Amino acid sequence: MHGERKIRVLIAKPGLDSHDRGAKIVARALRDAGMEVIYTGLRQTPEQIVETALQEDVDVIGLSILSGAHNTLFPRIMELLKQKGLTDVLVVAGGIIPDEDVPELEKLGIKGFFGPGTPTDKIVQFIFENAPKRS
Amino acid sequence: MFDKEELNRIIKERERWEKTTLPKWVSRRPERKSEFKNLSEIPIKRVYTPEDIKDMDYTRDLGFPGEYPFTRGLHATMYRGRLWTMRQFSGYGTAEQTNQRFKYLLKEGETGLSIAFDYPTIRGYDSDHPTAKGEVGVCGVAVSSLKDMEVLFDGIPLDKVTTSMTINGPAAMLLAMYIAVGDKQGVPREKLGGTTQNDMLKEFFAQKLIIFPPKPSVKLVTDIIEYCAKNLPKWNPISISGYHIREAGANAVQELAFTLYDGITYVESCLERGMKVDEFAPRLSFFFSAHNDFFEEIAKFRAARRLWAKIMRERFHAKNPRSWWMRMHVQTAGFTLTAQQPLNNIIRVTIQALAAVLGGTQSLHTNSFDEALALPSEQAVRIALRTQQIIAHESGIANTIDPLGGSYYVEALTNEMEEKAMDYIQKLDDMGGAIPAIEKGFFQKEIADSAYKYQKEIDEKERIIVGVNEYKIEEKYPIEILRIDPKVEEEQVARLQKLRRERDNRKVKEALEKLHYEAEKDVNLMPTIIEAVKSYATLGEICDVLRDVYGEYRELIVI
Repeated sequence: MHGERKIRVLIAKPGLDSHDRGAKIVARALRDAGMEVIYTGLRQTPEQIVETALQEDVDVIGLSILSGAHNTLFPRIMELLKQKGLTDVLVVAGGIIPDEDVPELEKLGIKGFFGPGTPTDKIVQFIFENAPKRS
Repeated sequence: MFDKEELNRIIKERERWEKTTLPKWVSRRPERKSEFKNLSEIPIKRVYTPEDIKDMDYTRDLGFPGEYPFTRGLHATMYRGRLWTMRQFSGYGTAEQTNQRFKYLLKEGETGLSIAFDYPTIRGYDSDHPTAKGEVGVCGVAVSSLKDMEVLFDGIPLDKVTTSMTINGPAAMLLAMYIAVGDKQGVPREKLGGTTQNDMLKEFFAQKLIIFPPKPSVKLVTDIIEYCAKNLPKWNPISISGYHIREAGANAVQELAFTLYDGITYVESCLERGMKVDEFAPRLSFFFSAHNDFFEEIAKFRAARRLWAKIMRERFHAKNPRSWWMRMHVQTAGFTLTAQQPLNNIIRVTIQALAAVLGGTQSLHTNSFDEALALPSEQAVRIALRTQQIIAHESGIANTIDPLGGSYYVEALTNEMEEKAMDYIQKLDDMGGAIPAIEKGFFQKEIADSAYKYQKEIDEKERIIVGVNEYKIEEKYPIEILRIDPKVEEEQVARLQKLRRERDNRKVKEALEKLHYEAEKDVNLMPTIIEAVKSYATLGEICDVLRDVYGEYRELIVI
């Protein structure tokens, strides 16, 4: 690992719901796996999430949502990332997202979906394999 | 409970059994694990005997149903007299849609209503607030003003139903709207029956749906308790909730201890206000989760009832036996529902519901099997209600009171849960109470650690969850998902904006100014809030006034 930059991950909870059990567990699992994790707490607006991603120079954004507002909020987040030029950031999502919504969200550039029951090591592995390589 | 001679005989027999019969079996058929534990990390013994409850005193520790310390049940007849209330939490879309679902549930034999509000409402925002976009009517019904509440209860006489409202931060405003609807229907306030959740403390470390900082939050909670004690004698002003603490990741002992400690804190707040304990304590109610470990849950409910009775009598010197009562609502644990092979959730819910009934709950919500995927469909809601009806009418469980009372295992576990909860209560007292513990992140850390540990056990297959980490199948389960039409938001916003145009805005302004003035003083705000909602001031407008006076809470993040 010497000289190699640790993967920086922003775990963000957009929307008004407060189910943060999953987000916190994932944050901790990624940290235990050697990543640098920024967790900004509940009810972050798309603007706040993208601003934090920019400020913190993250490689990965994990979005957790269980309120059902993903079809409203995710497109906005992806649009703002594009506007800020953060196109190489890996964006993954978790929470309650019905399967049939996934194809549309994938088209926006969200790459991994981790619903209820996902083992944390699967998320860790996916991020190691898919995070943009930087030095 | 056993005389010395008998106990000695049992101990000798146990020792003999451990030397002779047991080793033969262990060598032939080794045990599946080196240690068996429940979800609270309490080691579970191979077998329980009178030795494990040798220090128990029947009349002191168990007694009879309907009498102190209520271990065996709150009422002398329990379910032989009246079954528990089957109360299914529901609400989605517009007030009209939820009104229809309420009428459907009442027709299907449900005996109490329970309102789920959408996130903007829960957070004290109107449906047209910028952050409400995409959330209006999605996870519950949108109620932005008295107008919506009038539609919600159209054709439902408030003296014929009891209504539970899952609302905390803006509980005072929603209760005020309910009172206003009752006034319009001509129902006397003393006939209004139901519950407001109104438990802000657990919000700060478990559910986290917060508007104001801890102190003004507890002040508003206390306002409601005080107002109800004087005006709404049949209303449960608070439902002190362990459910969300459990859902956030706490184990059963933590759920028990933290919930009771929140209860202690509210009692203290009411006493500081100058109220007498027996004036308000009989209306305090509780809300717990029913999780997977069957006996642990039953023990938890029994321990909770006994411990609360002791706290009320010994710590707060309550004299009225009703002040010693812990009336509880239970919901099966949403967290345990799996998205994988969702029909299996029907079995999980059944086991959890059985534990709640065997634990002596007063009312019960059973989850729908599809809730790990989306809001429940009508079919799933019906099965959930039928689960309770089958338990009630077919299983025979409701025919005798506390059928597990006297089980060596259940009694030993009940004692152990109580002791461990008391250790936490002592610790919290030493920390200076619930608010300092919240500010230090104590609860948050305890819960996060338990949640992480639970997940690790699943990841490492130390804990098997059927269909998730074992017995998996490739599946595409065609599940009927309830979707909220985006038109709901448009219609709701349109209704709200029409209201703003058509109401008497001068009256609204006056009501809000009065509220601002009163909020800066130390007076009970309920009467002023009722006036404000009657002027059709919106939820968001009323909350904004209080945000201005009290400030907004910023989350303390503990991973």
